Amino acid sequence: MTLAEDMGYTTADGRKIGGVVMEMKNITLRFGGVVAIKDISFDIREGEIRAIIGPNGAGKSSMLNVISGFYVPQDGEVLFHGKKRPQMKPFEVAQQGIARTFQNIALFEGMSVLDNVMTGRLTHMNSSIWSQALWKGKAEREEVENREICERIIDFLEIQSIRKTPVARLPYGLKKRVELARALASEPKLLLLDEPMAGMNVEEKEDMSRFILDVNDEFGTTIALIEHDMGVVMDLSDRVVVMDYGKKIGDGTPDEVRNNQAVIDAYLGVSHD
Amino acid sequence: MPDQLIFGMEVFLNGLMAGVLYALVALGFVLIYKASGIFNYAQGVMALFAAMTLVGVMEGQVPFSHLINAVLGTDVHHFGWHLPALIGILTTMAVMVGLAWLVQKIIFKHLVGQEPIILFMATIGLAYFMEGLGDMMWGADIKKLDVGLPQGINIWIDETTYGIFGYGFFIDNLDIVATIIAAILVAILVAFSQYTKQGRAMRAVADDHQAALSVGVSLNFIWVMVWSVAGFVALVAGIMWGTKSGVQFSLSLIALKALPVLMLGGFTSIPGAIVGGLIIGVGEKLFEFAVGPLIGGATENWFAYVLALIFLVFRPQGLFGDKIIERV
Ligand SMILES: Nc1ncnc2c1ncn2[C@@H]1O[C@H](COP(=O)(O)OP(=O)(O)OP(=O)(O)O)[C@@H](O)[C@H]1O
Ligand SMILES: [Mg+2]
Repeated sequence: MTLAEDMGYTTADGRKIGGVVMEMKNITLRFGGVVAIKDISFDIREGEIRAIIGPNGAGKSSMLNVISGFYVPQDGEVLFHGKKRPQMKPFEVAQQGIARTFQNIALFEGMSVLDNVMTGRLTHMNSSIWSQALWKGKAEREEVENREICERIIDFLEIQSIRKTPVARLPYGLKKRVELARALASEPKLLLLDEPMAGMNVEEKEDMSRFILDVNDEFGTTIALIEHDMGVVMDLSDRVVVMDYGKKIGDGTPDEVRNNQAVIDAYLGVSHD
Repeated sequence: MPDQLIFGMEVFLNGLMAGVLYALVALGFVLIYKASGIFNYAQGVMALFAAMTLVGVMEGQVPFSHLINAVLGTDVHHFGWHLPALIGILTTMAVMVGLAWLVQKIIFKHLVGQEPIILFMATIGLAYFMEGLGDMMWGADIKKLDVGLPQGINIWIDETTYGIFGYGFFIDNLDIVATIIAAILVAILVAFSQYTKQGRAMRAVADDHQAALSVGVSLNFIWVMVWSVAGFVALVAGIMWGTKSGVQFSLSLIALKALPVLMLGGFTSIPGAIVGGLIIGVGEKLFEFAVGPLIGGATENWFAYVLALIFLVFRPQGLFGDKIIERV
């Protein structure tokens, strides 16, 4: 890799992609006898949309869970901003500025949409319990600021009309959007999305694609996402990692990946033995 | 005004004040249950343990003196000082926070994700362990607790009501103070959970562990915090009851008084615990007053449970509990 490449590149549509922010090195993850991830390495560059694709059970979610600290790999290293990251709990990873959504949606069902989004600000709330109790002014100012940021995100994702609705009452597609809003509220450096469009109809998918592109474009947020819909992946992503049975079978631009024989085989269901 | 009505008003007031204390004990349960799904059987013993520790610290008792003397052949019992109530309370609070940390570290950290019944069993074990620990540290004898709360009939209420009704209400000063303190504490707890960062994090953990982790909340920290707050609530309840009837084993039974309150108010609702406590407090006193004499009295032993049972049948989720709708 040349130095110029290492500093990043400019995409066809003129977005600047920076250096590597997150590097996975020889990650191996086992569950008993099942090897969910087998010696996989790949990196994520600043400002890019990085897709992880592969058939069911390939290990995509497991990889996202390793990045966000929910799973502990038996082997391998995670480098964040070039430094080896010690094994971290999920909440510590979140505090480092890595936000995520879940394949099966994990929202606070008992709270309103706004309250859910506000929890995304928890990592930014700094006043101690004593100053919150004794020095009302500062805590109040902080609350107002956080509130404003959340309202902006709610506007951005076009969910103003359901701000006060309890999340439990929302349809699936909107829940996915609220979960994205909560993740965005933390102003993440790296945003991990596990199948943000699963179970959506065509229109909802188009909306979600637009939001993901806009987030990346307007805030420069680095995004890693898992998606099954190949059309969506090809449209959205700058680079794609392809997994199959825990192994990496492809890595490159959408075009490169599309023409990779191993990838084609995996997707056409060619026998594995 | 007919006499019965005037007596009834006095009973009502006393019931209301008892109810605030029930609510306080019930709140201890609700806090832990909401945040961790643990029904803490040890809540009553925590109140006893807190009260024993408070007396021990204030009286300058040497903790574990029995054990120390047996092992070292010494004869120490007292440090020979008496500490003011405030220092005693602060020290006891520190002990309760330490205990919360240990309970989380040694027990519940290893039981994350276990069945509720297992967690419940663990708290039964914890209850008896703490009972033994309390006896070992401070001795099992009945202790007098005096942190300077006023006691005895409130003359002003007595005279005022006498002036109005020709009958003076008997209202204990301790009950009045206890009610005020409990009400303040309840208000602080509600404000804490609604308006502070830690309260928001606590509600997040109560709602969904996985989601809470993903927004950067440490479950362990929240659990230690919640057990500490429950310890504080236990201390306040222990002081009230301990001042009234001495610090002794029966103090731990106040937890049983919280059960019907929880059945009524729901296990997950802070307002439910408050309203439930008041209903039970007033209900059992009025029932004893109005119906007790007709059926031989002593209705206070069972009335709360029967009321709660009837209630359960019609509203299993409690007054404010989250509605249970089975997804099919
Ligand atoms: N917590 C777990 N315990 C045991 N096995 C697991 C666990 N999580 C994942 N696995 C296993 O690891 C393998 C990879 O699962 P993973 O969820 O990462 O796949 P995926 O690529 O996200 O699939 P999908 O497209 O269906 O979401 C599967 O065989 C799965 O059963
Ligand atoms: Mg998955």
